[in-house]
Amino acid sequence: MGDVLKLILKRLGYGLLTLLVVSILIFFAVELLPGDTAQAILGQAATPETVAALRTQLGLDQPAPIRYLSWLSHAVVGDFGVSAVSGTPVVQVIGGRFINTLFLASYAAVIAVPLAIILGVIVALLRNSVFDRVANVLTLTSISSPEFFLGYILILFFAVNIPAFPAIASLSGSLSFPELLHRTFLPALTLVLVVTAHMMRMTRAAIINLLASPYIEMARLKGVPPWKVIVKHALPNAWAPIINVVALNLAYLITGVVLVEVVFVYPGIGQALVDAVSKRDFPVVQAASLIFAATFILLNLTADVGAILTNPRLRHPK
Amino acid sequence: MSKKNPNLMDRIAQEARMGRISRRNFMQYSMAAGFTASAATGLWTTNAFAQEAKRGGTFRWGIHDGNTGDTHDPGTYVTRVMIFLAHTHRSFMTQINGDGSLGGDLATEWEASEDASQWTFRLNENATFGISGNKVVAADVIASLNHHRGDASTSAAKSLMADVVDITADGDNTVVVTLSGGNADFPWLLTDYHLAICPANDDGTIDWQSGDGSGPYVIESGEFGVQFSLVRNENWHGEGAWFDRVEMITLNDPNARQTALITGDVDSVSQIDLKTMALMERNPDLKLQNVPSAAAITMPMFCDTAPYDNVDVRNALKLAINRDDIIEKIFFGAATKANDFHHSPAQPYWPDDIPQREYDPEQARSLLQRAGAEGLTVNLSTADSVSAGAVDMAVLYAEHAREAGINVNVVREPNDGYYSDVWLVKPFTLVSWGARPTPDVMYTLAYKDDAAWNESHWQNERFNELLLQAKGELNEERRAEMYREMALLARDDGGTIIPFFNNFVYASRSNVGTPENLAPSWESDGARAASRWWFTD
Repeated sequence: MGDVLKLILKRLGYGLLTLLVVSILIFFAVELLPGDTAQAILGQAATPETVAALRTQLGLDQPAPIRYLSWLSHAVVGDFGVSAVSGTPVVQVIGGRFINTLFLASYAAVIAVPLAIILGVIVALLRNSVFDRVANVLTLTSISSPEFFLGYILILFFAVNIPAFPAIASLSGSLSFPELLHRTFLPALTLVLVVTAHMMRMTRAAIINLLASPYIEMARLKGVPPWKVIVKHALPNAWAPIINVVALNLAYLITGVVLVEVVFVYPGIGQALVDAVSKRDFPVVQAASLIFAATFILLNLTADVGAILTNPRLRHPK
Repeated sequence: MSKKNPNLMDRIAQEARMGRISRRNFMQYSMAAGFTASAATGLWTTNAFAQEAKRGGTFRWGIHDGNTGDTHDPGTYVTRVMIFLAHTHRSFMTQINGDGSLGGDLATEWEASEDASQWTFRLNENATFGISGNKVVAADVIASLNHHRGDASTSAAKSLMADVVDITADGDNTVVVTLSGGNADFPWLLTDYHLAICPANDDGTIDWQSGDGSGPYVIESGEFGVQFSLVRNENWHGEGAWFDRVEMITLNDPNARQTALITGDVDSVSQIDLKTMALMERNPDLKLQNVPSAAAITMPMFCDTAPYDNVDVRNALKLAINRDDIIEKIFFGAATKANDFHHSPAQPYWPDDIPQREYDPEQARSLLQRAGAEGLTVNLSTADSVSAGAVDMAVLYAEHAREAGINVNVVREPNDGYYSDVWLVKPFTLVSWGARPTPDVMYTLAYKDDAAWNESHWQNERFNELLLQAKGELNEERRAEMYREMALLARDDGGTIIPFFNNFVYASRSNVGTPENLAPSWESDGARAASRWWFTD
């Protein structure tokens, strides 16, 4: 177990380093964009003198490296500052949005992960049957379509033709939990359709791969029923690749949902990030990007740790 | 019953909207067209429509263009959501009525000194702030206007207030504004969306942070870039505010906006995609609102840069555009043909007798010959962010111009930073202008010789002389005559092609009642749908 702990600490250290590099890249990427915050705030109506006054007020007249270092010195102690555009604390701008995004991601994950793994096991069991073919075609079709298109199709069928769900998932007013689930069902379903195929096919492939191994043949020869062969004998050895692909898809559910948020007008962090980039609101862009980067790093770490914990050979290296 | 003539009626109504006929003439014409006196009165007063209005319901209003970075600071209002919100929870001194004329909001009456350099406004004594319950007094107005003045001000409306020398109170309910020169349009300027009235702090600054205002509704809760919930301000000083509650939802995605309207998730949207206009029109649950405005697409050429320094070249380029074709193909008919002067029929003093410049490649060719510029090649800069269809429009223009032997290269610039790196920098560009209330504001902003935004670098002595004269002229007739001459100068000597004025195209559910005339200043009835509209069921 000590090895695992050491690995986690080491990976977390690398993770922090990655975040630092990401923050530098983001800062200079925002700097490279034409125009600056002052111009973005004042829009087309800006006169040069008003822009200059606002620049001074926002501290934009300082050289770029100094602005970055001042941001960094606060960020390392957990102070992400205030939005350059609205002056509200970044935590306040992003906090609620991030919770919304986490909610939608969890909603989709709770449906997608069991669905994908169960489907994966079933199609592995019934491989090359009609069911396998149909499941593959459907999931591959949904993963190959852009998610905004899937969203539009779902809206057309389940909001316009059959008005079962609202077309926009705006979270106005106080909603009870069942209302919330009803209102956000279509965006969650869109995400489920997008991520299911990947996980299902990985489960199927991993299991089918194992089904050719001698110990599975042994199990079969001694008369173990096929579903038990898969669940008891094959699946435990297939967890490592499945966990990897699940982690990757969970990260996607958090960081890749901008289009779904736009289509369903869902107030998540992706929309906030797009808004912040268009206003050159560096502190918000930076904080949102770091959240995304940290999500990837943590989920990758979880995947690696999960792979080790499910594999006795890795848990007890000689 | 006498026979009514609906076409004539439409024309008269349009004349009235343009402010070109008085109430008395309107009545005469209407009766001549077969309407009874009472029917004509009903047509004239928007209040007659309001009589059918009833109270109640929650108005869910889907608005395009909102951003998480928005704030309640009136000096930096820039998105539609904030502009619309400002007209819903705050008040302005004056407002643009549904018929395009000027009306009072907080100000009940106003008068100018003889040279129009000093304006006195009487405030409505019933006006109160929705949250604090305090009366709106002169100090609040003064602080709110001063927010856009002074060196430290970061307001985008600073240039608008540049001529203001002093603002003083005369008692609690009278505000006196002194200008550096005469400006007959000053009460019109006060309709600008930045000039919302906020409560004053003791030190003469304003409290915009609390979101308090004296408008028809009070903000209950909200999140910038997402949505705002408002309830009626029962003590509001104006007429209207029929809805009990208003939900303003940011719907940036055109498809989401239209779907939400079709499925009934919202009651009205502030903009629809012109491509789907015909489809929406066929849906019996919806009604489309198509309102001519003073917003325009302009194509300025630098008059001090070759080849545009030759007036024949400029006019050849103006003759080489087929306006009807562009309006039909790119804007699906939702635009009003313009005539190369930046003065829209939706603004007061519009001269209606200036011949329309039509597409004439032959004449353009001969003008080029005279200028010795045959086989002219020009670069036209544009970007998708200027307006939906802006690049398509430029490409179509290039096709029109080819007929006249002009080679227009369409240069597609990056969307980001178009107004800082391309506009006012490249010599021939495509620009989108929002609606301004009067010709003076528009001309002063972008056509005056020393204006920072003189986008065509146009210098015309007579035009600038008239501009200053007209500004201080309180006699309506003389003023209209001056604007007519200026329009001719801009049309025949100016450096800006103005192909059309965009219409505002928006839509509502069919159970939303609206007055006959919708204000031309912004989408959704001059941004005041929440206080002017009602539910019919």
